[in-house]
Amino acid sequence: MAKNDVKVLGAWPSPYVMRPRIALNIKSVNYEFLEETFGSKSELLLQSNPVHKKIPVLIHGDKPICESMIIVEYIDEVWTSGPSILPSDPYDRAIQRFWAAYVDEKWFAAMKGLRSAQGEERKAFLDQVTEGLALLEEAFGKCSKGKAFFGGDRIGLLDIAFGSFLGWLKVTEKVNGVKLLDEAKTPGLVKWAERFCADAAVKSVMPETEKLLEFSKVLAAKMKGAPPPKN
Amino acid sequence: MADEVVLLDFWPSMFGMRVRIALAEKGIEYEYKEEDLGNKSPLLLQMNPIHKKIPVLIHNGKPVCESLIIVQYIDEVWKDRSPLLPTDPYQRAHARFWADYVDKKVYEVSRKIWTSKGEEKEAGKKEFFEIFKTLEGELGDKPYFGAETFGFVDLSLIPFYSWFYAIETFGEFNMEAECPKIVAWAKRYLQKETVAKTLPDQKKVYEFVGQMRKRFGLE
Repeated sequence: MAKNDVKVLGAWPSPYVMRPRIALNIKSVNYEFLEETFGSKSELLLQSNPVHKKIPVLIHGDKPICESMIIVEYIDEVWTSGPSILPSDPYDRAIQRFWAAYVDEKWFAAMKGLRSAQGEERKAFLDQVTEGLALLEEAFGKCSKGKAFFGGDRIGLLDIAFGSFLGWLKVTEKVNGVKLLDEAKTPGLVKWAERFCADAAVKSVMPETEKLLEFSKVLAAKMKGAPPPKN
Repeated sequence: MADEVVLLDFWPSMFGMRVRIALAEKGIEYEYKEEDLGNKSPLLLQMNPIHKKIPVLIHNGKPVCESLIIVQYIDEVWKDRSPLLPTDPYQRAHARFWADYVDKKVYEVSRKIWTSKGEEKEAGKKEFFEIFKTLEGELGDKPYFGAETFGFVDLSLIPFYSWFYAIETFGEFNMEAECPKIVAWAKRYLQKETVAKTLPDQKKVYEFVGQMRKRFGLE
């Protein structure tokens, strides 16, 4: 398949953008990565995702597909010759989808809250984040059934959904001076995180923590309305 | 061995209605259990400990939570009849996108209208009209969101029809005047027995919302 038949509109720091890229890597599909400029939206983006105007967008041929987890399921359904990303059993599929939705709607929402909160509010968000990780540790035990990933022997839907946040999780640990993934409290997830980040499908798209940390400072400054720091 | 299917639900819940319609479409027999959300049953807390919300589908003792996840589960298990999603991957992604849009937008904005007053309510109405205009744009001239026959998106949105009378009355506007295409679509879809039998009466929902408003001190 020609490389320019498959395009991903995105940006390197975005965990959501990582998801379709990991999925395409799992399927060994060549694609063109079109990087959006931070602070502005390209014509192509506005045209391909007029409803939300957000990245990532997968453009397959001339058809746009939006919303990261919807894109991942699309990739799994189109490129059937590659390894499966979703399990075949309907109940296992429902469990993977449930936890992927939990990660997005509850857990990462608390992570984002932590970024800008102060004092008491900050402690509340931190508690939510650690409680969430305890739940995910338990889910990991049940889903993996002793294997390497939530998806079993190989990376699956929930690995992609949760693993894409590991870069930002490390940044949050540094910025807040806390350990979120902990050998004592979340031993399964600690080892899983190492395996996930080392996986061939993930390595090339997982941003370096230092780079992400610098970017988070730029982002924080932008949110406060100040000019970005000069390096 | 026969399938044992139980649905934990609450009669005015739009999310519960989605599952009821899906089960009806597939002709699945199930036990309906009404939850009192002010006093949640031990079964609900056991089956959905994370969110403690309805609907929960319990299939042969195993719980499935989150309405659109449940609907897809139903479609995948009882795959031999009445498909709820298209077979083509792009059509499926398209359907999931719009069902996700309904999920992200319609409930919150509807709630804003019936739980607020004054400026906040007016802002809610403005947002509501924008969201429904977008939905009308997606519907276009098709009889259903799923094109020739109803599908996943239709199913995800139609439960809100039972709330239209409540929303337009408390919101002080007329749904048919503001969103004629959506109302026409809903009436068309309501001709289906599975939908007509599942959706509660609009006046009943209106009374329920009125009681909720009293509890919030809005009446």
